[in-house]
Amino acid sequence: MANEVCLRTLDLERPWLLEQYQSRGGYKMLKKILTEKMPPEAIIEEVKTSGLRGRGGAGFPTGLKWSFISRNAPGQKYVVCNSDEGEPGTFKDRDILRYNPHQLVEGMIIAGYAIGATRGYNYIRGEFWEPYERFEQALEEARSAGFLGEDLLGSGFDFELYTHLGAGAYICGEETALLESIEGKKGQPRYKPPFPAHFGLYGRPTIINNTESLASIPVIMEKGGVWFADIGVKNSGGSKLFSISGNINNPGVFEIPMGTPFSALLEMAGGVKDGRRIKAVIPGGSSAPVIPGEQMMALNMDYDAIAGAGSMLGSGAVIVLDDTNCMVKVLERMSYFYHEESCGQCTPCREGTGWLYRVVHRIETGQGRQEDLDLLNDVAGKISGKTICALGDAAAMPVQGMLRHFRDEFQYHIDHQRCMVGVG
Amino acid sequence: MTTTTAKDKTKRFTPEIRAEIDRWIAKYPPEWKQSAVMGALMILQDDNGGWLTTQLMDDIAAYLDMPAIAVYEVATFYSMYELKPVGKHKICVCTNVSCMTNKSDIIVEHLEKKLGIRFGQVTEDGRFSLKEVECLGACGGAPMMQIGKQYYENLTPEIVDAILEGLE
Ligand SMILES: Cc1cc2nc3c(=O)[nH]c(=O)nc-3n(C[C@H](O)[C@H](O)[C@H](O)COP(=O)(O)O)c2cc1C
Ligand code: SF4
Ligand code: FES
Repeated sequence: MANEVCLRTLDLERPWLLEQYQSRGGYKMLKKILTEKMPPEAIIEEVKTSGLRGRGGAGFPTGLKWSFISRNAPGQKYVVCNSDEGEPGTFKDRDILRYNPHQLVEGMIIAGYAIGATRGYNYIRGEFWEPYERFEQALEEARSAGFLGEDLLGSGFDFELYTHLGAGAYICGEETALLESIEGKKGQPRYKPPFPAHFGLYGRPTIINNTESLASIPVIMEKGGVWFADIGVKNSGGSKLFSISGNINNPGVFEIPMGTPFSALLEMAGGVKDGRRIKAVIPGGSSAPVIPGEQMMALNMDYDAIAGAGSMLGSGAVIVLDDTNCMVKVLERMSYFYHEESCGQCTPCREGTGWLYRVVHRIETGQGRQEDLDLLNDVAGKISGKTICALGDAAAMPVQGMLRHFRDEFQYHIDHQRCMVGVG
Repeated sequence: MTTTTAKDKTKRFTPEIRAEIDRWIAKYPPEWKQSAVMGALMILQDDNGGWLTTQLMDDIAAYLDMPAIAVYEVATFYSMYELKPVGKHKICVCTNVSCMTNKSDIIVEHLEKKLGIRFGQVTEDGRFSLKEVECLGACGGAPMMQIGKQYYENLTPEIVDAILEGLE
């Protein structure tokens, strides 16, 4: 069971075109929903049944999120798609936008119908020019075909959809920073509550979902929530896109059932480069704590299995590291990233990410002191849970993971002022 | 307080630029013209050889009925806006983990040597500038870089040479 949901058109020659998408059943469900005037509650029920959990990283149940909106409350509501795709290691939404943009358009219209929203925005990161053009082309085609605009297919339901382009800021992937960014401001996360379902874009009720979550909707509606749930395993319904990169032969995006053994995914990706030993895996984007290679080889790719190993499935971004990698250097690079990308609003994050980077940097460059290891854990602990948004935790978790599993490498750096890995 | 007249505001840009900005404005609710600021900054940056002057930001502020300081805040927050001149070709190299472990340092070194500049600098003839960027969401093609709107993946020094030769 591969490529049955978000990548169901991938084998077609120009899958991003409307007629190609329709040749695979595209827009069939939207037509059915609109002409039969399907009750919105039934759609939300189906999504709940599917077990679909948010593919942006947090894994929140999508159907449940949609049910928080009061559909009949007066005034404008919004559907917002998060195509900011900035979590290091993640490159799946780019492929949905490039190769199957219509399925995202259809998913967003269905979501709008379900929550009673007549307007949507897709927030695409500013660097994604080719994906942006593909998505814009899909919007144009959908508009000409009568899938966007007023009174869609004579149903009385209106829906308009636009793209907003980012301009380079990881933090705008955080949902409330993203809303601020659409409002023409710098992308600084908002305090929650209120949650976007009550106070979202322009202060109106809003659902915000990841690209992959929304693009899964048309297929869930067509084949049924039970069908989708059954592809996966308990607590992890469906299939999922995994972006696998690092030291492997055939990196790329693979759509496979939740619960697939990691070893099978690694094999699909051609195995470790140059036949080297797998040293470590970052299983869910760079904020997911690292897992040692041997341990990872025995795990399955689903929420519970990865959480059970002390990490998280996150966005499904799997970074494979072989035994030539110095873990101090890897952590140094990650800590630099979080420090650079902190929006600076909260003191523990702004100051703490700077501390983490500086301390890891001095260990990496042979200036480390014995007390630095405890200092790192201490600083990480002082960030976790004490910030407005989850970037603080995202910066702290990799530090804690590295010290848990690869403490000896950090110790070696401190004792010998150099790396224990030959090439470092 | 003086207010800028509608005529003053529209005079600042060419009709083509105005039309492009107006396309962004039309996407948002009428009372939220400010939402078009990111689109407008990018349009004017592209039109001005890749960077933004204070004058341009002030013009955008007037056009979108925003305080100038609000435009500066946006322009300084997002990394794709440039507030100093850049090369005709802005080369952005990703050095995040997946690219790093696929030897992005060799690509960086090669570019630095070939162009005689470091990250954050512009070549004397103004043709190239180099910039270090965070993960661009193309880690499957590591190491990678972006020049203008285009991504270039699976780089080697030889491939980099060929790409640069192909640029005007
Ligand atoms: C710092 C930070 C960065 C994030 N980046 C992204 C991102 O690039 N894409 C994304 O879909 N979600 C991202 N998220 C998660 C979003 O805040 C949000 O949970 C998600 O878009 C909800 O959609 P989902 O429930 O369909 O996953 C990020 C969160 C944080 C804290
Ligand atoms: S945790 Fe960091 S990124 Fe998030 S709001 Fe606070 S300072 Fe900004
Ligand atoms: S790490 Fe370089 S593109 Fe993601």
